[in-house]
Amino acid sequence: MRITFRHALLAGALCAMAGGALAQETMRVGIVTFITGPGAGPFGIPARDAAQIIIEAINAGSLPAPYNSKGIGGAQVEMILVDEAGPATQVVQEYRNLVERRNVDAVVGYVSSGNCLGVAPVAEELKKLTVFFDCGTPRIFEESPKQFVFRTAAHAVMDNVAAARYILQRTPNLKSYAGINQNYAWGQDSWRDFTLAMQALRPGSKVTTEQWPKLMAGQFNSEISALLLSNADVVHTSLWGGDLESFIVQASGRQLEKKSKVLHTAGEQIMFRMADKIPNGTIMGARGPYGVFARDNELNRWFQVQYRAKAGVPPIYAAYHMANGLFGLKAAADKAMKAAGKRPTQDQIIKAFEGLEFEAPGLTVRMALSKGHQAVTETAIGTYQYDPATKTGKLVDVVRYPAECVNPPDGVDSISWLKGGMKGAKCQ
Amino acid sequence: MHSDRTLLALAVLAVIGLAAAWLAPSWTVSFATLALAKSIVIIGLIVLMRAALVPFGQALFYGAGAYTTALLVRIAGIQDALLLVSLSLLVCGLLAFALGFIMSRYREIFFAMLSLSFSMILYGVLVKNAELGGTDGFTVTTPTFFGNKVDVATARRLLFALAVLLSLGSAALIHIFLRSPMGALAEAIRDNEIRVEYLGTSVRRAIHIKFTLAGALAGLGGGLAALSVGHVSPEMTYWTTSGELVFTAILGGTGSVLAPLLGAFVFESVATLAIQYAPHFWQMMIGVVLLVVILFLAGGLWSLVQRKKTV
Amino acid sequence: MQLAATIILDGFVYAAWLFIVAVGLTLVFGVMKILNVAHGQFYSIGAYATASLVGLWFAQGLAPVGAYLMMVVAALLSGLIVGFVLERFILRYIYGRDEVVGALATYAVFLILEDAVRLSWGTGAFLAPQPRELLGISSLGELTISNYDLFLIAVAIVVGLLFWWGLNRTRLGRLLRAVIHDREMAQAFGVNVNKMFTITFIIGGILGALGGALTAPVISVSPGIGVEVIVLAFAVVVIGGMGSVGGALIGALIVGVARAMAVHLAPNLELFVIYAVMAAVLAFRPFGLFAPAGARKI
Repeated sequence: MRITFRHALLAGALCAMAGGALAQETMRVGIVTFITGPGAGPFGIPARDAAQIIIEAINAGSLPAPYNSKGIGGAQVEMILVDEAGPATQVVQEYRNLVERRNVDAVVGYVSSGNCLGVAPVAEELKKLTVFFDCGTPRIFEESPKQFVFRTAAHAVMDNVAAARYILQRTPNLKSYAGINQNYAWGQDSWRDFTLAMQALRPGSKVTTEQWPKLMAGQFNSEISALLLSNADVVHTSLWGGDLESFIVQASGRQLEKKSKVLHTAGEQIMFRMADKIPNGTIMGARGPYGVFARDNELNRWFQVQYRAKAGVPPIYAAYHMANGLFGLKAAADKAMKAAGKRPTQDQIIKAFEGLEFEAPGLTVRMALSKGHQAVTETAIGTYQYDPATKTGKLVDVVRYPAECVNPPDGVDSISWLKGGMKGAKCQ
Repeated sequence: MHSDRTLLALAVLAVIGLAAAWLAPSWTVSFATLALAKSIVIIGLIVLMRAALVPFGQALFYGAGAYTTALLVRIAGIQDALLLVSLSLLVCGLLAFALGFIMSRYREIFFAMLSLSFSMILYGVLVKNAELGGTDGFTVTTPTFFGNKVDVATARRLLFALAVLLSLGSAALIHIFLRSPMGALAEAIRDNEIRVEYLGTSVRRAIHIKFTLAGALAGLGGGLAALSVGHVSPEMTYWTTSGELVFTAILGGTGSVLAPLLGAFVFESVATLAIQYAPHFWQMMIGVVLLVVILFLAGGLWSLVQRKKTV
Repeated sequence: MQLAATIILDGFVYAAWLFIVAVGLTLVFGVMKILNVAHGQFYSIGAYATASLVGLWFAQGLAPVGAYLMMVVAALLSGLIVGFVLERFILRYIYGRDEVVGALATYAVFLILEDAVRLSWGTGAFLAPQPRELLGISSLGELTISNYDLFLIAVAIVVGLLFWWGLNRTRLGRLLRAVIHDREMAQAFGVNVNKMFTITFIIGGILGALGGALTAPVISVSPGIGVEVIVLAFAVVVIGGMGSVGGALIGALIVGVARAMAVHLAPNLELFVIYAVMAAVLAFRPFGLFAPAGARKI
């Protein structure tokens, strides 16, 4: 009796999950990002909103050129939204479910580098076109080349190389710097890349203190004391979300900016939310030329208007990263369709995607690294300035860095490039 | 003849499981392998829980088992699945044996919290280790089977078959252990430790043995999970992972070695269904299921099966 | 000198926060023998309620001082409502079962409330910095300190004194101590244990919410803030001895100062400090520093 009961229960559970038959007329695209948890506010929800706007416009054919054809590769897009929150084992399992059970034709997703690293080999195993839109670690393609995986945003090495270049340009007499980064891979990698770039560009500059608060610690009292006492010329951080906001409130409350320049590599995400809280002179990046850094092109004007209409706020970099992912997919599929003369197969889309150069809101993305699977873009960094009259902030003294200046050349892995003094960087 | 029926059920399940390894649709394979891997950890947990010892840090051994397998692949180049998970079992068994000298002195909440602090210390070490990818972890390549290199799809099915045999084998061994005098002591310890001491048995020694067993099984489960997921990260040792394991144990119940299998499958199903149908509040769904089980099914889901049997 | 003074100040500020967060947890455990995992959600709800009420207060253009009143109101309301509902409709049904059942039931509640909070307040973050900004800054040598941090220390001292007075000098306190020492005996002597439990759980909830209310002006109130808090509060309570209020105070001080030392002297060890302290204390004092004596039952 026991066995049958258990199996009845199991069978019930499994049957309930087996919904969703294969529909060939549409292209099913899995969108995976944080809908819950700490990553939802700063990344997941902006990315989800961007995906909804863009996919709606793709289906309606209402995008500006060159994306004004209906659908992706001729097929209407069905969006399947999945939460990225949860342990990596679960995120990998949900990826399998998306591909094997819910029969998606492509996946665009993943904010967390750990999730990207976990999903990438499974994408290769299941041979499913997968576009990472936001995660930062350079390890994904540098550890082993991938056939089915693409990343349409530059990796995080760029952010910290650009940060080092900018800070040295703005602070010619820099002698010392300090860091406060979350104690997990993103924070550790950001600090490593920044210090390596600093060593290459300004040998002899000193690290006064490096602070490692836990992820989501929220309270940085002691850390800020240590930063205040260390008297560094510059404080580097890669904080994001709630930690970033808490840090700004606490640090500016204790006038850290009077002792050190503060540099936020991912600061742009909160510049609208905290306009009157960010001290003037704070240096901010946006992990690429996004948001206020975005160049004026037709796609960007369209995106700004549509996003504001939906979300009520201007789009921040996570929304732009999602746009890159979807426009990259559409550009590749449309190109493949043109070549094939009919709806392209996955292999044809992949072939078209490799090394592709495509327009996205505010920039041109080139799939230039790792056999055409990893994007490079230009980037920009600026200094925050609050305008009390309009109650908005803007970034001034913006410096743009061409992709070749802040990304390693193709075939060179990031760490060796940084350690070797960033040979081959072309900054003019 | 209760014992015979449990062992018989395990044998029948083994046949069904092995058949499923060949016939089941491909998307169920890694789902089921992970559920079976976790059920091995939980089979170990119920040995402790029967003695009223609930570790909030069993993820220490689960994670250590996963990293043992992953590191053996990465550094020593060992590729054979069975060898890898056996070494995970061995390493974690030894680790648990060593920690058991300390842990066996503790009871109740202090046992729980001390095991939690050990698991969090391992978590900290892994987070700080940049060579192992820190919190991002690293990839575990597809294993071989008895020296045979097979394609990935076949490897998944073989891994499933291996998980079936290992989980049901563990269940059978623990079932036999729990019926032995040493195993049966668990309930006596739970009821009143001092009485057990008066009977002339060392409670600490009994707990030490149980802790070692549970640790070894958690290591085995962790090794299998690493091979099944193909990726390890320090999250596997984090306290929320321990919480989930205890949760699943309670969900299934501690009344039988079959209960962890039921619990693990139901938990994974509930989680994946909740994420699919309630992406904005799936945690709430899991919480509600757990609460309902705690409030209305004191013996876990297994008590439903028990009740059915007696009718 | 500067460094030593900074470490002590930082340590005390952190300890004050830890004590306020942990004392409710230890009280609930002492009286009810329930390890309340949902305590982190009281913290989070208290913080969200504060952010909302303080925001509302300033939106009305009312006197800034009232913001502190709003914090107290937020803590009282959150603790009272959520505490009452949880105790009456959930915990009541698990009294007398294993300690682990209590921990798991409250873990389930934790999961439910995590999503409930997000569904009520959204995924965005809230700021309520006014109560902190109002108090201004002062300096300690080279260091700029926020007066709000000193205010936190004062609040912790007041909470500690109130607790001591409440437990030792009031009738309710004596009854609670009787329940802490031996529940069955207290019941046999006519103490209405169920009523004690309701009151205790609500007080514990208010304290957890107060921790969140006091933290709201310092942080960005966003999803997930309740998660880290639980483990920290558990560590403090275990180090001090489960159910001992004095122990929670000492535990908070030890963890607070140890953490401040790590941050200033060896930042890489910050991640380990709390667990290392917990393991070390338990190694020498298996029941924590000040475990209340329990009856030995044969």
